[in-house]
Amino acid sequence: MSPPTTTPNTQSPQTRSGQPLVVGIGNPYRRDDGVGPAVIRELAHQVSPHVCLREHSGEGASLMAMWEGHPRVILVDAVVSGTAPGTVHRLEAHRQPLPASLFHRSTHAFSLAEAVELSRALGTLPPEVLIYGVEGREFDHGMGLSPPVAAAVETVVRRILADLRRHG
Amino acid sequence: MPKPTPRPKTRTIRVDYLARVEGEGALFIRVRNGQVQEVQLQIFEPPRFFEAFLRGRHFTEAPDITARICGICPIAYQISAINAMEDLLGVAVDPALQALRRAIYCGEWIESHVLHIYMLHAPDFLGYPDAIQMAQDHPEVVQRGLRLKKIGNEIVRLLGGREIHPINLRVGGFYRVPRPEELNALIEELKWAQEAAQETVRWTATLPFPDFQRDYEFVALRAADRYPLETGRIVSNRGLDIPVQAYDEHFQEIHVPHTHALQSRIRERGSYQVGPLARYNLNFHRLSPLAQEAAREAGLGPQCRNPFQSIVVRSVEVLYAVEEALRILQDYQPPPAPAVEVEPRAGVGYGASEAPRGLLYHRYRLDSEGLILDAKIVPPTSQNQRAMEEDLWQFVPQALDLPKEELTWQCEQAIRNYDPCISCATHFLRVHVEEV
Repeated sequence: MSPPTTTPNTQSPQTRSGQPLVVGIGNPYRRDDGVGPAVIRELAHQVSPHVCLREHSGEGASLMAMWEGHPRVILVDAVVSGTAPGTVHRLEAHRQPLPASLFHRSTHAFSLAEAVELSRALGTLPPEVLIYGVEGREFDHGMGLSPPVAAAVETVVRRILADLRRHG
Repeated sequence: MPKPTPRPKTRTIRVDYLARVEGEGALFIRVRNGQVQEVQLQIFEPPRFFEAFLRGRHFTEAPDITARICGICPIAYQISAINAMEDLLGVAVDPALQALRRAIYCGEWIESHVLHIYMLHAPDFLGYPDAIQMAQDHPEVVQRGLRLKKIGNEIVRLLGGREIHPINLRVGGFYRVPRPEELNALIEELKWAQEAAQETVRWTATLPFPDFQRDYEFVALRAADRYPLETGRIVSNRGLDIPVQAYDEHFQEIHVPHTHALQSRIRERGSYQVGPLARYNLNFHRLSPLAQEAAREAGLGPQCRNPFQSIVVRSVEVLYAVEEALRILQDYQPPPAPAVEVEPRAGVGYGASEAPRGLLYHRYRLDSEGLILDAKIVPPTSQNQRAMEEDLWQFVPQALDLPKEELTWQCEQAIRNYDPCISCATHFLRVHVEEV
């Protein structure tokens, strides 16, 4: 078992304008929380170089800085909503506020949901923001996704590729 | 005069604090007849997993593996790990490399502190449920915070190779050092940041603070001539003054029944506090003249024992970190080499540094091939856990006349004074959505 590796983010915000951005949020050392980064690693073999792929810890303010200048942003994160593990939720965050239940217990964290809504409040939300939420089952310390979540990775990758194709 | 409301006999305050995973983190307080009967703060403890995970790994991997413990303070983990390895392996890095480490650490302080000040703590004081609501009324304040934080990210990105999970630090130095001209844009932004940081101190000083003080034992690093960041001896206001190598002789971690996390104690005396307030009280005169002046203008003396004022102290530290980063980057001359050669040997190494939340201690034992035999990591939040509980023991009785909702809010705020590490946990959304 080796630690995860990712491509360095050495681009400055000025050089990435106009490109679509796909961000996989989560911690690969917390089992199903690593689904976002797992999707990014799969996509790395399948998308053209003009698509920016990033892994991210989920800290909201730096997410906001990361998506600055990108017209289209796709975010992948693990969720817990009571549906079957591996269920894929898709939200069009630029069209409507994220469901109020997303903010449950949020006063102690500044993460994805807060970043989206703060950007909306400040008028800095990118024109298109899609969020894929994958229902997780196991969040213990450790590596490797549970089988239903691992199976969902392919679904999310396929749908993101379709999203990217639809807009050229 | 309004009639006082009769107090219920028993009140229970439960805050699902930090709970990204059900049952993983919570605060529980029980009050009976105006007396606090129980305070239980439950936190998670990621280092235990990582300590096991590190066994058998090569010593050069420790900085990048432990950086994954925290999404907010990876540099702190990397530098404490590097310090421990260099302690064991007898490595002394070039002063220019040491300065670069200090600069990237400043970036992390700026990121972490500004996030906490603007996005989490200030809304508490101003009566907003979160930064989003605060932004409706004060967009320019939130924008200032975001720009300031971004400058912290930028320092980490430029010197660390990327802003999330930076990869450029290593035992012996850096993989790559910047060319001076790469720093120019950042230096200009830091000049703006210095103004913004001064403004932040003035702004936080106007917040309303509960009248609350405790006589803490403060523990922090102390460096010879500068405010502590990347290195130093461990000192306290009760006479402790030891090299990092003596940490285990003076500190112990004990299991308490209500949390699976370990709580730290000073062997001779008990609980203590680490973090901005501790650093400030132990090192006020090592702050820059500008930061000292800003603190005094904000109404702080060289001592501050009100944990609610930690937001002002954090702002003073942001100002210091901005000035310090600016100084280092303006004076920067590329070092002769990005790193010094390091050869493994068997033994034990000890390292500490000042993470944004406080002292972060690492200890590693290596075999002669440089493989890790065992690792010990003590993060600031577990060191502060007992102090947080003791604050609540003292704070709750004086706030019992408040309506329950407000009391719960203030208890959350009391915990938030410590900026407890939330990002060590997982990052998933809690949702109730219909299937699309």
